[in-house]
Amino acid sequence: MRADLEIIKPWFTPGSRVLDLGCGDGELLDDLQQSLGINGLGLEIDADNITACIARGVNVIEKNIDEGLASIKDNTFDTVVMTQALQVMHRPDKTVEEMLRIGKEGIVTFPNFAHWRARFYLALRGQMPVSKFLSYEWYDTPNIHFFTFKDFERLCIDRNIRIIERTVVDHAHRERWSNTLWPNMLGEIAIYRITR
Amino acid sequence: MPESLPANSVGIVTPLSIAFEQPLDLCSGRTLPRYDLTIETYGELNSSKSNAVLICHALSGHHHAAGYHSMDDKKPGWWDVHIGPGKPIDTNKFFVICLNNLGGCHGSTGPTSTNPETGELYGPDFPIVTVRDWVNSQARLADHFGIKCWAAVVGGSLGGMQAMQWAIDYPERLKHALVIASSPRLTAQNIAFNEVARQAISKDPEFNKGRYFDNDAIPKTGLSLARMIGHITYLSDDGMGSKFGREMRQEKLSFDYNTQFQVESYLRYQGERFSTAFDANTYLLMTKALDYFDPASEYEDDLAKALGQAKCGFLVASFTTDWRFSPERSREITDALVEAGKDVCYAEIESNYGHDAFLISSPRYDAVFAAYMQRVERDMEVPNAS
Repeated sequence: MRADLEIIKPWFTPGSRVLDLGCGDGELLDDLQQSLGINGLGLEIDADNITACIARGVNVIEKNIDEGLASIKDNTFDTVVMTQALQVMHRPDKTVEEMLRIGKEGIVTFPNFAHWRARFYLALRGQMPVSKFLSYEWYDTPNIHFFTFKDFERLCIDRNIRIIERTVVDHAHRERWSNTLWPNMLGEIAIYRITR
Repeated sequence: MPESLPANSVGIVTPLSIAFEQPLDLCSGRTLPRYDLTIETYGELNSSKSNAVLICHALSGHHHAAGYHSMDDKKPGWWDVHIGPGKPIDTNKFFVICLNNLGGCHGSTGPTSTNPETGELYGPDFPIVTVRDWVNSQARLADHFGIKCWAAVVGGSLGGMQAMQWAIDYPERLKHALVIASSPRLTAQNIAFNEVARQAISKDPEFNKGRYFDNDAIPKTGLSLARMIGHITYLSDDGMGSKFGREMRQEKLSFDYNTQFQVESYLRYQGERFSTAFDANTYLLMTKALDYFDPASEYEDDLAKALGQAKCGFLVASFTTDWRFSPERSREITDALVEAGKDVCYAEIESNYGHDAFLISSPRYDAVFAAYMQRVERDMEVPNAS
């Protein structure tokens, strides 16, 4: 399993109801179902991923999350998770608000645009960063919002969202002491556990 | 006509008639003293009777879902693309039963049958049956085979409504419901189209208050019109556009009222063919069953509460250009299932074929269908699976 998924795994309660926004091929939910007996549901837009979820026994609903989650009632889920997708949403702030309306807790992971490599790339080359981790050109990237740890935490303060836990990892999803020492500069992927 | 049967066909099949001598109480308050159901089966029932799949048909459907009745058949059964060895409903794994519903005109007891109490044809006196009545009659069919629990109940359109009703009324008797291109209730527009169809039939001079058989006649014009209007709602604007466009039968406009455009002649042909193959009273009855379907109405108009009775897993699927039962209707079902905390998968399949798409093979539809049936197969032996 992807390393960032391993990191968030202890944040789920066995037997709880989990919604995965942009669940991909269902890897996380499948693992959580088998190891923690969670009751999982994924939302996904890609046809092949949807078929993969159905085949492996992960419940999945075809849905464009950008069109909103209004059809889901308040507090339907214990945890709503979104890995590496907040930056592709049209309105990440609304998505986060919705996550905490339909779920009691939220878990989000996103690429940190204040990582030193991105900073140097932009500062020295004067071009939008293209790296192994952020591998798109500016014109074809699905990542339409670039934001940093600091930006996200400011949003949480503005919207009265409480951060329960946070961690940062590098592009290989390793948690290093250096990342946590100066997270906004040295962490490539931010991982947050939030609630109201 | 197939010169040889395809390897993935269930082959030559023979319908079977099963008699039920116990009276059946209906939602209308009336009782059917006895009834016959005409069915077909494909595949083998396993020793634990856990691999049975029920196929429920739509408005004008019947028991002949797959295979051929003889080598002279031009076409296989109506869902042959999805039922057979190696197909999504794999007859190497599942025992499939498809029936003609009560009130039908393909062998099961209906308006064209003799009323045992009068010795005359039922005709318009055949009681209006509902989706729930069908499900009750199908439960007796399951009993007949000793099937305690279906591996899955599967249906498109009106068939999907039966799958939902099964899940609500007999939660212990199915492990999965596949609800395809269906709706939790008809919209005003849906009912309006049905009413136009019914008016077309009942206003036909040959209709004779439903006793057309007394005059050895059939309300051909009315039934044909009913089918034409129905058929338009089964296709999409884009689908019709790409199939016919404004293509004409002759090169020039004729400035008269004969058929000019290809689409007109296609519709006339469809109506014509249907009007001699289907019973008008059955058509009226089937459209009423559609209109009346509204399981939420018995649960404070709360669909989540209605579907909350279910214990099975659900596959809900819709097609992008279906405007008869649009994806929005399937999303309502899905949302209610999520609210009720049920296991549900939902796919919205890209298709140009409108409502008819549920009868047609397409790579994504087949993949979703097959993937879900793999889950059905895995859960067959699991007690109380969902």
